[in-house]
Amino acid sequence: MRLKPLPDTIPDCTAFEAGYLVTQNGGWRSERPVIDEAKCVKCRQCYLYCPDGTISQEISVDYDFCKGCGICAKICKPGAIAMRREADYA
Amino acid sequence: MRSFISGNDAVAAAVRLAAPEVISAYPITPQTTVIERLAEYVESGGLDAEYIHVESEHSAMSAAMGASLAGVRTFTATSSQGLLYMAELLPYAAGGRFPIVMMNANRSLALPWNIYGDQRDSLSQLDCGWIQAYAENAQEALDMTLMAYYIAENERVRVPFMVNLDGFHLTHTYEVVEIPSQKQADEFLPRFETENKIDFDRPKNFGFSAGPDWNAQFHREHHEAMLRSTQVIAEAEDKFARIFGRKYSGALDAYRCDDAEYILVTLGCVSGICRQVTDALREEGVRAGVLRIRYMRPFALDEIRAILAPARASAVLEKDISFGNAGTVFTNVGAAAMNVIGGLGGADISREHVRSIFVRLKNGENGVIWL
Amino acid sequence: MAVSVKNLDSREFFFGHKACAGCGGSLAVRIALKVLGARAVAVLPAGCMSAVGFNFPQLAFSNNALITPFAATASVMTGIEAGLRRRGEIAHVVGFAGDGGTADIGLQALSGAIDRGDNLIYICYDNEAYMNTGIQKSGLTPFGARTTTTPITGSVRRKKDMLAIVAANGAEYAASASVGYLDDYVTKIEKAAAKPGFKYIHVIAPCPTGWGIKTNETIEIAREAVDVGLWRLREYENGQWLENCAPSRPEDLVKHLTRQGRFSALDTDKLEETKNV
Repeated sequence: MRLKPLPDTIPDCTAFEAGYLVTQNGGWRSERPVIDEAKCVKCRQCYLYCPDGTISQEISVDYDFCKGCGICAKICKPGAIAMRREADYA
Repeated sequence: MRSFISGNDAVAAAVRLAAPEVISAYPITPQTTVIERLAEYVESGGLDAEYIHVESEHSAMSAAMGASLAGVRTFTATSSQGLLYMAELLPYAAGGRFPIVMMNANRSLALPWNIYGDQRDSLSQLDCGWIQAYAENAQEALDMTLMAYYIAENERVRVPFMVNLDGFHLTHTYEVVEIPSQKQADEFLPRFETENKIDFDRPKNFGFSAGPDWNAQFHREHHEAMLRSTQVIAEAEDKFARIFGRKYSGALDAYRCDDAEYILVTLGCVSGICRQVTDALREEGVRAGVLRIRYMRPFALDEIRAILAPARASAVLEKDISFGNAGTVFTNVGAAAMNVIGGLGGADISREHVRSIFVRLKNGENGVIWL
Repeated sequence: MAVSVKNLDSREFFFGHKACAGCGGSLAVRIALKVLGARAVAVLPAGCMSAVGFNFPQLAFSNNALITPFAATASVMTGIEAGLRRRGEIAHVVGFAGDGGTADIGLQALSGAIDRGDNLIYICYDNEAYMNTGIQKSGLTPFGARTTTTPITGSVRRKKDMLAIVAANGAEYAASASVGYLDDYVTKIEKAAAKPGFKYIHVIAPCPTGWGIKTNETIEIAREAVDVGLWRLREYENGQWLENCAPSRPEDLVKHLTRQGRFSALDTDKLEETKNV
């Protein structure tokens, strides 16, 4: 996802554009979910239960914002999601 | 239309003319009759508004903030313990720049319990970021409440406005008051419009956190808005005078101060007898004057000091004490020799008291003096 | 048609927030907003979800949303609802308050809003302690749970029964839910959204940080709490109570507790006692 720039000036009160993101969360991860397309049955339980909404309905992971909690891997009945060391993807 | 009504009735009449869409309030003596009148207006169809029966002052101000965020005009009223119970919300409403208008019936604070008037309640909240004005009589209370909406909602200001009336002395005494027509009120008061409201086409986040990098900028902007309000107060008073024929004098109301040797600085309805004593003293050859502060925030520090500077001595008479220091008005003024603490818990301030203050000033006394 | 994973709004309304990994509360907020859609106004008091969602200029709600003072969730909601109604706007005003914000400091305002019958949806995401300030005991901390203010013995009191309190105040609808069973949670939000008056949903939302569980165990623990009978799924509607399901494996209660670090103060006797409280 594209981030927005830091605002040049502050608003004149505490009211500002909704959903304005200037930083990502991907750097928090020590492990990343990796999806095995062959095993995925598109049940979308991972999409549903992700606290961060970082798995799309088409089951692709937004690694800019995934924090690597591992809920998706745990909830995946067919075992299509593996948690892999983030360091290996550096 | 001329009516014989109380200060609280005058505020309620002004609120009806301003026609807020949401009123949330919780009863407390001596504010109660304001919200009783408004409830009656709403139930009888005389005022088309939502009247929210909240369960506390905390919720009264919270609901007012919510309604303001939804983009509608609001009103609430409180007093004393109630004002302090909503104290958490006061900087919140101000920092969020919700142009809420609130009437506060000045009343003593417990302990000891006391329902009568002094100004310790509102003066304890001077730093919460609200405009604070003090009416002297019922007519001014009505006019000030109408102007409060004009000033608070002005896009250059957007700061909440507290209209203060001395408890009982002003809230419950009856005077002849000119109540404007709705047509006149509508001509004076623009519709409330704001960009800073819930908007489903352009959604916003409100009331957010701002860390050290940003925090001071919001407060600076708030402070600048408060300073700008001085100009807007002047504009409001000019327009008000054109439509209603009554002219007010901004932050200060100086009486016979031009050549005064001794000036008494006052707040609220005690000013009336102070002027009477001043007139009497003038006849006796004492050049006395009265400087009534109408707005404690924004505070006209430079103007006050310019008025007091030529005088031989001046005193601040106030119904307040900041324990261990002096009265809050006195410390704000900073240029008076004497601070007279009187009227606490509704204690009477008589002409003799006022005369004695001038005598003590003439005698060169100074410091904090209790009536 | 009922909302389900298949037709849930594909947009994310709570995204990019800074909640801890595996946060149950953020899931409760995320899913509720996907049910209620873009015309929901999200009202959050001081607490975890406001702390992680509203750090200017990083603003994680893409619908209209705001932080209220801690005790003021329901009363600010009341004002918003009244104001929007005056403007002729049709919207869902939805509150997301934590357990402390609901059962402790926000209870008075909540009672007032229920009493007035205001048309609101109030969701309590219950992580069973003041997590935002670093795990202190709230009125909804369960018996035996260690917090930083019940550091040795664990809480000696049972949870307040918020659902009963809300029902006794006269709510139109009250329901308990779990982030472990989102289909049920979604159904209850949908039901609440279709009713006038005051609706209350109390959703148990594990906090890995405060509960002493792994970040990937949030859902499992939230399900287990229901399965062992510790968290009953109930509804209060038309003045009647309905139990949604019976515990499927009550025998696993002790196992459920001992896998959470926060219950480490419970010895065998105390663990047995939890069956009674």
